[in-house]
Amino acid sequence: MIYREAGQFKTSYAADQQLFPIRQDRIGVLIVLAVAFLAIPAVASEYWFSAILIPFLIFSLAALGLNILTGYAGQLSLGSAAFMAVGAYAAYNFQLRIEGIPILVSFACAGLTAAGVGILFGLPSLWIKGFYLAVATLAAQFFIVWCLTKFPWFSNHSSSGVISAQKIVIFGHEFASPREKYLLVLTLVAVMALAAKNMVRSSTGRAWMAVRDMDVAAEVIGIRLMPTKLLAFAVSSFYCGVAGALYAFCYLGSVEPDGFSLDMSFRILFMIIIGGAGSILGSFLGAAFILLLPIFLDIALPRMAGLLGLPFSNATVSHIQILLFGTLIMFFLIVEPHGLARLWQIGKEKLRLWPFPH
Amino acid sequence: MSKKIGDVILDLQNISLRFGGVKALTDISFDVREHEIRAIIGPNGAGKSSMLNVINGVYHPQEGVIIFRGRERKKMEPHHAATQGIARTFQNIALFKGMSVLDNIMTGRITRMKASFVEHALWLGRARREELEHRKKVEEVIDFLEIQHIRRTPVGRLPYGLQKRVELGRALAAEPSMLLLDEPMAGMNVEEKQDMCRFILDVNDQFGTTIVLIEHDMGVVMDISDRVVVLDYGKKIGDGLPDDVKNNPDVITAYLGVSH
Repeated sequence: MIYREAGQFKTSYAADQQLFPIRQDRIGVLIVLAVAFLAIPAVASEYWFSAILIPFLIFSLAALGLNILTGYAGQLSLGSAAFMAVGAYAAYNFQLRIEGIPILVSFACAGLTAAGVGILFGLPSLWIKGFYLAVATLAAQFFIVWCLTKFPWFSNHSSSGVISAQKIVIFGHEFASPREKYLLVLTLVAVMALAAKNMVRSSTGRAWMAVRDMDVAAEVIGIRLMPTKLLAFAVSSFYCGVAGALYAFCYLGSVEPDGFSLDMSFRILFMIIIGGAGSILGSFLGAAFILLLPIFLDIALPRMAGLLGLPFSNATVSHIQILLFGTLIMFFLIVEPHGLARLWQIGKEKLRLWPFPH
Repeated sequence: MSKKIGDVILDLQNISLRFGGVKALTDISFDVREHEIRAIIGPNGAGKSSMLNVINGVYHPQEGVIIFRGRERKKMEPHHAATQGIARTFQNIALFKGMSVLDNIMTGRITRMKASFVEHALWLGRARREELEHRKKVEEVIDFLEIQHIRRTPVGRLPYGLQKRVELGRALAAEPSMLLLDEPMAGMNVEEKQDMCRFILDVNDQFGTTIVLIEHDMGVVMDISDRVVVLDYGKKIGDGLPDDVKNNPDVITAYLGVSH
């Protein structure tokens, strides 16, 4: 009933093409931003920032990057974690080797470095598609991690390739507390999510989706496949690279190459599958599902067992947690194979028509 | 008909196309004049679609010369055809299934959009301006094809006839000077066919677009086309006005078979 667009007339194409054409959506987004920027920093504890909110935002950004490549441009990739590693190590080295470089410039350069590496490993996409391409991007995953371990230059000759991120200083202010780091990450993620949304709603995004849906027709229309695919690899890797830099600088503080494992790439891929491939919102929903649900179950299950007076040991509870997590993934994929974002969209469409079914 | 048929804009001379040992097209020559509706007919497997693919650069013939707008064509990629003003539709609908009707038709104008991805990301002046200008053009196409009500619908959900119409819209959005239609009426009922005929004639009449058309419905072909070329087993067996072609004994043999 509240979610109605009746009476909201569009009198120009500009009004029709704005970011959120429906007034309620605009209000909703403003509320989310207000909560994220004002309410959460006021109330959340340090644990919330450093264990939940910061990793959630960073993985949302990485999932967003992969979503651009896989969800929008249709190029399957299993190398997201490796591109994050490139970003983390590049940001570290820019800070280390260039005197007085601002940290945000380092992050941007880290993204660009990852973009360059992404283009390189995106080249096979010009000849192969689908699962075969996914296997080819595995090469990136293994090669980059091996490279960072093998050549001590990347980690400034530290043992086993571990790097410790430098301090984050912007305009003379040090971002040391989890709250400050959260605000920094949140700002970057919000800006980059907006940029991604703008790209996918313009002809850049339409070219990606055209290549995804039918590449022969796309070419006949005048879309050149090679630049379009490589641009998707570059932009996607840029996002993953910045996410990697934030992962090292704002989340863990010190990282090693093996931390950016294939397992992490898979998790990012699961995020976009569960959240919704080809949806910006889906990247956030997927990251929330994959990261936050286990934490929630961790807290909720022992309490429920306690309430019901069931004599479960800790081990049993953790097994139940894994079972439940897997079951929920299957449940959501059966209910809506296109992900949580589609579920959200269907819900909105229903609300617009309520109380009528059609 | 009062329309003016102009000079030859596409001249195909002695085209031969082989896939390994299979001869798809053998020594075919014909021309297309500006503003005309040129039909290509023939039994299944005659090489009609291959012919269209040669015209818009998807296939490269081993022999023969293609002269488009007075210039001999060198080796080309399909996207060059688009920038030269050749648009086409496909026999099996080749729409972008995950995108809305509006977005599908907007992609038709992609070669005319110049803003880079950085401008798009920042939604700066030129990117925003282009989106609006081209939206206006696209809305004209939508009005022309009478598909306003499905603007926002993902094309995958549309019935077959409408999908065909959207595909025509995507080709028209490029404002092509030559339009290649591969069986635009296949699988349609009589009413949909009538609509499609009307759109094709209107495009030809209002925009002066040259149309090369493959179609199996002989009634339609004979009614709307100015000249017809007939292929059979990759060879040309007839070429001329619809009435001449209809009475050509070779064509009758190819279509009806010979009595023994």
